[in-house]
Amino acid sequence: MTPLLEVTDLVKHYLSRGLFRAGLPTRAVDGVSFEVGRGETLGLVGESGSGKSTIGRTILRLDEPTGGRAVFDGVNVFETDRETLRAMRRKMQIIFQDPFSSLNPRMAIGSAVAEGMEIHRLAPKAEIPERVAGLLREVGLDPSLATRYPHEFSGGQRQRVGIARALAVSPTFIVCDEPVSALDVSVQAQVINLLRDLQEHRGLSYLFIAHDLAVVRQISHRIAVLYLGRIVELGTTDQIIESPQHPYTQALLSAVPEPDPRRQRTRIVLRGDPPSPSAPPPGCAFAGRCFHSSKNARCTSERPEQRTVAGRQVACHHAG
Amino acid sequence: MSSPSTPLLEVRDLRIGFPNPRGGEVFPVDGVSFRLDRGETLALVGESGCGKSLTSLALLQLLPPPGRVLSGSSIKLEETEILSLRGEALRAIRGRRIAMIFQDPMTSLNPVLTVGSQVVEALTAHRRWSRADAKARTIALFEEVGIPDPAQRFAAYPHHLSGGLRQRIMIAMALAGEPDILIADEPTTALDVTVQAQILELLDRLRAARGMAVLLITHDLGLVAGRADRVAVMYAGQIVEEAGTTDLFERPSHPYTRGLFRSIPRLHESVLRLSPIPGTVPLPSAWPSGCRFHPRCAEVLARCSTEAPLNTELETTGPARRTRCWLASPLPPRA
Repeated sequence: MTPLLEVTDLVKHYLSRGLFRAGLPTRAVDGVSFEVGRGETLGLVGESGSGKSTIGRTILRLDEPTGGRAVFDGVNVFETDRETLRAMRRKMQIIFQDPFSSLNPRMAIGSAVAEGMEIHRLAPKAEIPERVAGLLREVGLDPSLATRYPHEFSGGQRQRVGIARALAVSPTFIVCDEPVSALDVSVQAQVINLLRDLQEHRGLSYLFIAHDLAVVRQISHRIAVLYLGRIVELGTTDQIIESPQHPYTQALLSAVPEPDPRRQRTRIVLRGDPPSPSAPPPGCAFAGRCFHSSKNARCTSERPEQRTVAGRQVACHHAG
Repeated sequence: MSSPSTPLLEVRDLRIGFPNPRGGEVFPVDGVSFRLDRGETLALVGESGCGKSLTSLALLQLLPPPGRVLSGSSIKLEETEILSLRGEALRAIRGRRIAMIFQDPMTSLNPVLTVGSQVVEALTAHRRWSRADAKARTIALFEEVGIPDPAQRFAAYPHHLSGGLRQRIMIAMALAGEPDILIADEPTTALDVTVQAQILELLDRLRAARGMAVLLITHDLGLVAGRADRVAVMYAGQIVEEAGTTDLFERPSHPYTRGLFRSIPRLHESVLRLSPIPGTVPLPSAWPSGCRFHPRCAEVLARCSTEAPLNTELETTGPARRTRCWLASPLPPRA
């Protein structure tokens, strides 16, 4: 079966507009390829500046891509006209870290959930209140809350509203951009469980973007690890978490705080910060912080291409 | 380890009040007591709105107005009652005895001054320095907190630096007064996980090298394991459980602590369903009667909704353990 979404060589450069001179373009995403299967969750993990949110936004064309292809259900999203794009947006939804910023403070949440159905004319007007009530129930909110306003909701409830709003147009694919990062830990788990239930009942596909590997591992079938706009490792959740091959993945895993004093491994503490995406170093972007014993001159001159190591894709000259 | 001698810092029955816009007063911190000994790290852990940051601000009389500390509260730094200090006496404590770093260094750094000059200012606030000595001392502090090319960075502006480096500058500034206590309020929450690891290592190293006590305020129980000596878990304005770190992780005694542990996604465990705590943390204006956790508690008893549980001391071989729960079995009376 063909994947639901197939992204090939996605590139997104931002031109920095300096006051007096044009700066170098920021290579936010620099040649990224992946697939998302039907009913599958692909986790996209990376630190700030890795390009993970930009990938989510360009796939939905909330940002225009600089290059590459994104084929969704047989149609190249990047080449389609506005009319087709509008129809496709019904199938591709996004939920954000802070649903509050995407909710109109003066619109009751019932109307916010109904909006998408009205725009896409998905239901006769008379049926909409019943549909809204059903959606609120589905995300674990009492339908009587439909007349309330966003400020009356807690962070977790707002995220549920954001999810109900996305579901209103019956999508098949949802970009989840850090959906639980702003939530307290006791509430975080509620929302992760909800997303998993919805996937099971509706057969949804997710692109789950997050910086927290422990969260990503709970929901993803496969994981792609990003560093400075490129995928450094892509494999099944088990492969990535239990036997990471790229030195950056190893360091990232080792830095995850673990709530178990007996499980304090030797930590790999990386030195320094990632280089700037407007002046990426030649060769491997990670070379400056890399601790691999075989690191050599090739790492700083030749960009490592993805190759298969232990069953997954790794972009490192020395892995394996 | 707690010792019977005078603690470095002792907070007793701290209560903080804020006027309620709907009338009356609310108490977001409501009877908090703990001690901090020399050279130890105590972690104050809790979700947002539990009162942990207000507690730390009160330690230096930095509560945002119109908040107030209620009479009957006590914060003692060795023999000195901090809450009764004013003016010069209070300034002598801030920075020199107790220093503080925050989540977002950008909001505490002046964007139009070089980072070097800001640390020099912190140094000269505590004692007289010649210009050359102050600069040399600042560069030495930069080096101590792991800033690469410290001499060059002296003239950098905050926006030139990454979030991790800015937090290192804040730590250097906090060290300028040679404090006995460093309060670190969510020091790594805004940082990437690989940078977070660097900053936590640094705090650990500084504590060991300088014999500083650290009060680590965090929402992340994961950070605490392997870093803190003791942990105090806050819920709805109170410390509900206090224990040595190993005790807390191996035998959490309060249902809230147990619930938190069950909600945390684990890296090396894939579970079919996470077990969240139902509901959300209530607002200070709506704290439940009896035990404040009872509406969310899986092990609730009839008395929990009406009677507030006592702070019960539990048996342990490690640092003292206390928990506010009717289910806890108390320490047998001493012979």
